[in-house]
Amino acid sequence: MSQHLIFKDIDQPGLHTLDVFRSRGGYGDRLKRALQMPREALVEELKASGLRGRGGAGFSMGMKASFMPKGAMDKYLVCNADESEPGTFKDRELMQKIPHLLIEGMIIGAYAAGASRSFIFIRGEYAQQADILEAAIVEAKAAGLVGQNILGTGFDLDMWVHRGAGAYICGEETALLDALEGKRGNPRLKPPFPANQGLYQGPTLINNVETLATTPFIVEMGGAEYAKIGVQNSSGTKLVSISGHVERPGNYEIELGMSSRDIIYGLAGGPGEGRSVKLWFPGGSSSPVLTGDDLDLSYDFDTLAKAGTMLGSGAIIVVDDTTSVVDVALKTAAFYKHESCGKCTPCREGTTWTVKMLQRIKSGEATPMDLDIIASVCEQIQGNCLCVLGDAMAMPVGSMVAKFRGEFEEYIEMARAESEAALLASILPSVGAAA
Amino acid sequence: MTPPKLRGVSDPNDLGQKVAAFEPAPVRDPKTGSRVPGWDDAVDLDKDPSVIPDPATTAVPADLRAEIEDLMTRYPDRRSASIPALAAAQRLHGWCSPEAVEQVACIMRLTPGYLIAVAGFYDMLETAPVGRKTVYVCTNISCSLRGGDELLAALHGELGDDPDVNLRGFECLGACDIAPMASVNGVYVGPVSDDEIPVLAQHIRDGADPLPDKQLVKRRTADPGANS
Repeated sequence: MSQHLIFKDIDQPGLHTLDVFRSRGGYGDRLKRALQMPREALVEELKASGLRGRGGAGFSMGMKASFMPKGAMDKYLVCNADESEPGTFKDRELMQKIPHLLIEGMIIGAYAAGASRSFIFIRGEYAQQADILEAAIVEAKAAGLVGQNILGTGFDLDMWVHRGAGAYICGEETALLDALEGKRGNPRLKPPFPANQGLYQGPTLINNVETLATTPFIVEMGGAEYAKIGVQNSSGTKLVSISGHVERPGNYEIELGMSSRDIIYGLAGGPGEGRSVKLWFPGGSSSPVLTGDDLDLSYDFDTLAKAGTMLGSGAIIVVDDTTSVVDVALKTAAFYKHESCGKCTPCREGTTWTVKMLQRIKSGEATPMDLDIIASVCEQIQGNCLCVLGDAMAMPVGSMVAKFRGEFEEYIEMARAESEAALLASILPSVGAAA
Repeated sequence: MTPPKLRGVSDPNDLGQKVAAFEPAPVRDPKTGSRVPGWDDAVDLDKDPSVIPDPATTAVPADLRAEIEDLMTRYPDRRSASIPALAAAQRLHGWCSPEAVEQVACIMRLTPGYLIAVAGFYDMLETAPVGRKTVYVCTNISCSLRGGDELLAALHGELGDDPDVNLRGFECLGACDIAPMASVNGVYVGPVSDDEIPVLAQHIRDGADPLPDKQLVKRRTADPGANS
């Protein structure tokens, strides 16, 4: 059906150990070949592969690596394993089952970036996965794969796992750097971008777990060959996390460009019998929602961007027709309100007031005009903050209000009638009882 | 619903009196707007700012000292170790107590104020005393579609009165495939069915391995094409 690279035989017993990983070609010829290439050639190979960042923004990994300045200075590679986007859990399974693939990818990524120190910033909640990764790094260090003079090529790389302590914002790259420097995780003003001034003010390459874990396959196959998988501008395979109202939630490795219906119904089994897809988030809870009519869209970066949404982290959340869109909107908005770091006013206040307005809709104190205010608040958050956390609330909530306005209005009327009846009953028990 | 008592109504059948006496729900005190307790306390201007604790007078357990010193060697800047160091102190003390912060500050040569600011930012660092057994229940969108809120409420009913348990709803734990789920001292379990909730609660109370059959690490991938 679809090609498997990362997830190929993922449940092979003992795959998290060095020996089993090596028996499958890990840390073998491909790593040696990568480290013997001139740095520029490796970056060109990554560019040719068309690999786009798997964390959410979808920026070309080769381009990002090519932005790293040349010359002798302290450069860093940081792996973003702070997977907190609601609906996303692909990196968790990858790190838990095949941690050495990430480590191998980090060696290749660090070589491409010219970095000699690397960190894996993993979210604190993933304690079991962090333990597995740490054990894998100890193994790799003992085997001379991480440390001084890797495989006799003269390349040095230091690697540590850094555990976060529970903050969604630390998945944002500059906030992650602040957290890694031991501060509160507030995003920084960009530019300068991390490639110029990142960790400890040094040039820093930051990539998602899945992006780095793909690089060994690119070296193995060659960039041009890898680019043949998938579709134009969206090459390669992608891990998608499917959750919510589907029969078989979980991680699936797909070839980009697969039909969304095949993913949701074919792989994950769709919603239960007699129910249909009401709305779905194509790329984590930050992506504008799509409806049941959009199921035939091809699942790749460009098609989803054209449909006004994004592929994001590849997390599909399916909501079926038994759920009220108001509940989904409130749940989404409340999450971003809690996770806003508070640095920028539009995000801090915008998320708070959107939640208050949605709660007013629930309690029957709202009028349809509140929907216009929500829409305008969402519009004013976007593009006005240091990072995109505010946008990440404004886009899905704004799209829900736009696409399901009729249902919102019905809900407002219903809730208002109910609260008025309750109010009347509290003043006039006899009338309330009669009604 | 029982009608609220209305003050100043002498005749319960007099509608005019009742309407006049009706009061809408009170506006919430704006002072409760912050999540941080004591945010509106006045600053004591006579008090000296807290300084880096003196190693000669601050007792630090040897294990904690060794762990934090090891953490600091990993980074070019020792300050980078503040989050893992606070987490280590929290494992020892149960929460980021003034004593715990003082000890971390002493070893890392930072002010306690700096560390308190860091601890206040992160959800997993506790700035008030809590139970030692940590139970997070994911209540984010994917889990709530599959009963995460109900699981949290049921566990509250089972464990709500246990002071040793720190039970809280948590933002997406990254395990939507096993929704509804809980993280018990860092061990992910799910999907938790209704009849398993009392068993899970008992496991948590006893400090036993929670629902061994339902642990995430034992789960095979959902992708049927992955394993040949």
